[in-house]
Amino acid sequence: MISVASLTPRRGRNVELLLLVIAVGIVVLAYANVEVAARGELPANLLAQTLGLLAIAGTFHLVLRWRASYADPLLLPIVTLLNGLGLVMLHRIDIARGNEFSSGLALRQLTWSALAVGIAIAVLVVLRDHRLLRRYTYSAGLAAVVLLLMPLLPFIGREEFGARIWIRVGSFTFQPGEVAKIALAIFFAGYLVSARDALSVSGKKVLGLILPRAKDLGPILVAWVLSLGILVFQRDLGSSLLFFGLFIAMLYVATERVSWIAIGLALLGVGAYFAYGTFAHLQTRVHLWLDPFAPGQSDQVAKGLMGLAAGGLVGTGLGRGRPTETYVVESDFIFTAFGEELGLIGLFAMILLYALLVQRGLRAAVGVRDGFGKLLATGLAFSIALQCFVVIGGLTRVIPLTGLTTPFLSAGGSSLLANWTIVALLLRISDQARRPLDETPPKVSAEPTEMVRAS
Amino acid sequence: MNAPIRKLGMLIAFLFTTLLVSTTIIQGFQAKSINARPDNRRTLLSTYSADRGAILVNSTPIAVSEETDNQYQRIRRYPEGPTYAAVTGYFSFLFGAGGGLERAENPLLNGRSDRLFYRRLSDVFAGQRPSGANIETTIVPAAQRAAVQGLGTNRGAAIALDPRTGAILAMATSPTYDPNVLASHDMAAVEEAWKQLNADTSKPMLNRALAETYPPGSTFKLVTAAAALSTGDYDMESELDAPRVLDLPQTSVDLPNFGGRECDPSGKQTMIEALRISCNTAFASLGLDLGEDVLRNQAARFGIGDALRVPMTVARSSFPDELDPPSLAQSAIGQRDVRMTPLQVAMVSAAIANRGIVMQPFLVRTVLGNDLSVIEETQPQQLSEAVTPDVASQLSLMMQRVVESGTGQPAQIPGVAVAGKTGTAEVGGDARGHAWFTGFAPAGDPQVAVAVIIENQGDNQSVSGGGRVAGPIAKAIMEAVLGS
Repeated sequence: MISVASLTPRRGRNVELLLLVIAVGIVVLAYANVEVAARGELPANLLAQTLGLLAIAGTFHLVLRWRASYADPLLLPIVTLLNGLGLVMLHRIDIARGNEFSSGLALRQLTWSALAVGIAIAVLVVLRDHRLLRRYTYSAGLAAVVLLLMPLLPFIGREEFGARIWIRVGSFTFQPGEVAKIALAIFFAGYLVSARDALSVSGKKVLGLILPRAKDLGPILVAWVLSLGILVFQRDLGSSLLFFGLFIAMLYVATERVSWIAIGLALLGVGAYFAYGTFAHLQTRVHLWLDPFAPGQSDQVAKGLMGLAAGGLVGTGLGRGRPTETYVVESDFIFTAFGEELGLIGLFAMILLYALLVQRGLRAAVGVRDGFGKLLATGLAFSIALQCFVVIGGLTRVIPLTGLTTPFLSAGGSSLLANWTIVALLLRISDQARRPLDETPPKVSAEPTEMVRAS
Repeated sequence: MNAPIRKLGMLIAFLFTTLLVSTTIIQGFQAKSINARPDNRRTLLSTYSADRGAILVNSTPIAVSEETDNQYQRIRRYPEGPTYAAVTGYFSFLFGAGGGLERAENPLLNGRSDRLFYRRLSDVFAGQRPSGANIETTIVPAAQRAAVQGLGTNRGAAIALDPRTGAILAMATSPTYDPNVLASHDMAAVEEAWKQLNADTSKPMLNRALAETYPPGSTFKLVTAAAALSTGDYDMESELDAPRVLDLPQTSVDLPNFGGRECDPSGKQTMIEALRISCNTAFASLGLDLGEDVLRNQAARFGIGDALRVPMTVARSSFPDELDPPSLAQSAIGQRDVRMTPLQVAMVSAAIANRGIVMQPFLVRTVLGNDLSVIEETQPQQLSEAVTPDVASQLSLMMQRVVESGTGQPAQIPGVAVAGKTGTAEVGGDARGHAWFTGFAPAGDPQVAVAVIIENQGDNQSVSGGGRVAGPIAKAIMEAVLGS
């Protein structure tokens, strides 16, 4: 019996290209939608702008063909779509506020996006193998600590909206915590892959749960104290939750011990209890969570909810809502702007995009062969998931609202740089995960057509 | 490590599912109640910025929404604000739609009325925002201006009807206000103006023509005369007892004429003569002879006691119950607890002018789409038959006599037969009474019926007081209608 088999494994690059074109198409459609709603006509330079976006996405796509040809084909289209929609919404907010394009949020964000894409490409080009990062485990840890401490430094540290998480040099502001997230993920992955054997040794069994040995509690306590430090000194509940959650998740994956999750949650509970009793701003946030419409307090959560409610099931349509009624709608509350103008249907689509993004990250973690890669991919994917949950959950009253940016959507360069770098790392790891064991692809170029083999 | 990664994946799936549920709860289930919150500025703004229809007089807008560049998107303008305030009312961002057609026809103006259902449906399919309907009023601009000018700085009201249809041709109340002040986007100024308007003891935002009831005074003698004629036992030449002072039964109180003068030396007077000089004792004794039920039935046939909407809600006019003889005598001349809106007084004249038929008064002639196509046209509606055509023509003759040679002479129009009745309603104590005039013209072919009241300007000592103060205003309004 003769069968025909392709010797080229599925790389999915053509699928990626198709999806990219669709993603850019959706973004352009949304942009045109906003312009028509706001000015009643299509933007004159729509074609040029479309080609520009296609060029950026296409460049990335070509780099993937060149340097990571087995990389997951869904990651790039998803983040292109999210980033593009974020740009459209910022442009829409600019219009509502009467900002000129040249001085508006959208142009800034576009510049940052281009820079972030450039850095992501650089990461893919320079970092041929993610395992190289393991060499820098402790450097990454040090870098994370330095980055986290920077906002506390005099002169460059800045406090905004009650949280001291910014640094400012000249007119340039940056949120180092966003980048610290990546450094921490690298550090945790490198550290845990070495320490996992020790950390998974069984200790006592309590209530059916096998606890770790008492002497292995050191690392989790350190992580806990650091998270509390972020909460106390930077008043940044969101980052604090994010970092601690990230550590617990990676610890669990490394050791396969559910008890770590139990211990982590217990520590979180203790920390939350004392923090709640100590910090007035946390009590305020909890009150806002329980009753956002109560008079005599901040109405920022209420305004966001009113935005969501105004959207209802189908939304007001892009450019037809009143997103600027919500405070800081360009960053922490940008998701409510989408809810207002795209409705529940739009939010479902966007939440599912995030879920798909995270799922592709986890799939890379499952597929990759080295423990470090698994932990790193898991950590990076989980950080996106947790960040989405903390932000969107805060906006929709699942949990108290804490200040975090919405990945790829919120205005802000640091967030874009960090998240695109995460995507670059996930692409790199997924390339390894999907690449055939025989590292070098079979030489098909010598064959004019598919090889026919007898089986 | 793949097993815990998959379990972590389950946890993540759970987290995202939570978000799907929470957004569904807010956008799907709570949206309605959140949108309905009074502190929801989005709802306020979108209600306010809807494409609100215009209110028109002869196709000229007296209330119109204009686009603005600010967040409110539109502003309401009233080109002749104070003149038409009683008709339009106001539309304010802070205080909503109030007074006048702005409030009464709010659903039509903002396009949410079910009466616009099919039009809205086509808007939805055409991808347009539903726009509000325009409202063409029945007002005659010249008559409206005459009414406003006539009232001047006095407190009072003037209203004119087309007796044949019930259309309101003029409706003015004084003092008035400028609705532009409340429609402004300068919120601090709006709030200040609102406070002042509400604190003002002269109540500028009160529509005295519809929402205030007054003792009708001698104008009520028309109702009493109508009741008498309708019994068939009287005609306009019937002799009535007209003593100088009517000794009220059961009391030591007497009912005198104005200034204590006698109506006729003989103590007897024909009904037409008694009406001409507005003899109190003659109509009081007539009322006593007719009895309470006959008077009340006649009042009801003129519409007194009916709930009216024009489309603004009209205060209910009333004739009191369970009268003892002295109260009955006073009620027969429009004192005591008889209360009528100026509109109701005008409706009495209009019914007499319209051969006894009371027409439903209305202010909206047509409802127009934004392309000015007619959506609805008001059809004149008969409310009741107050008197027979024969009684109506007798009453008309009697009223003409009032204007020809009686208390109503100030309302004479050269070359036009005017029918009318004056009134001076005592308000108790030493306060000056209200001056009334009601009537219609031309008597042979009535085209306009009016009622005018000026508060506290009647002369308690002079029977001609009402005619002197209110008569000229009524004359000006009638002339304006006839001349247009």
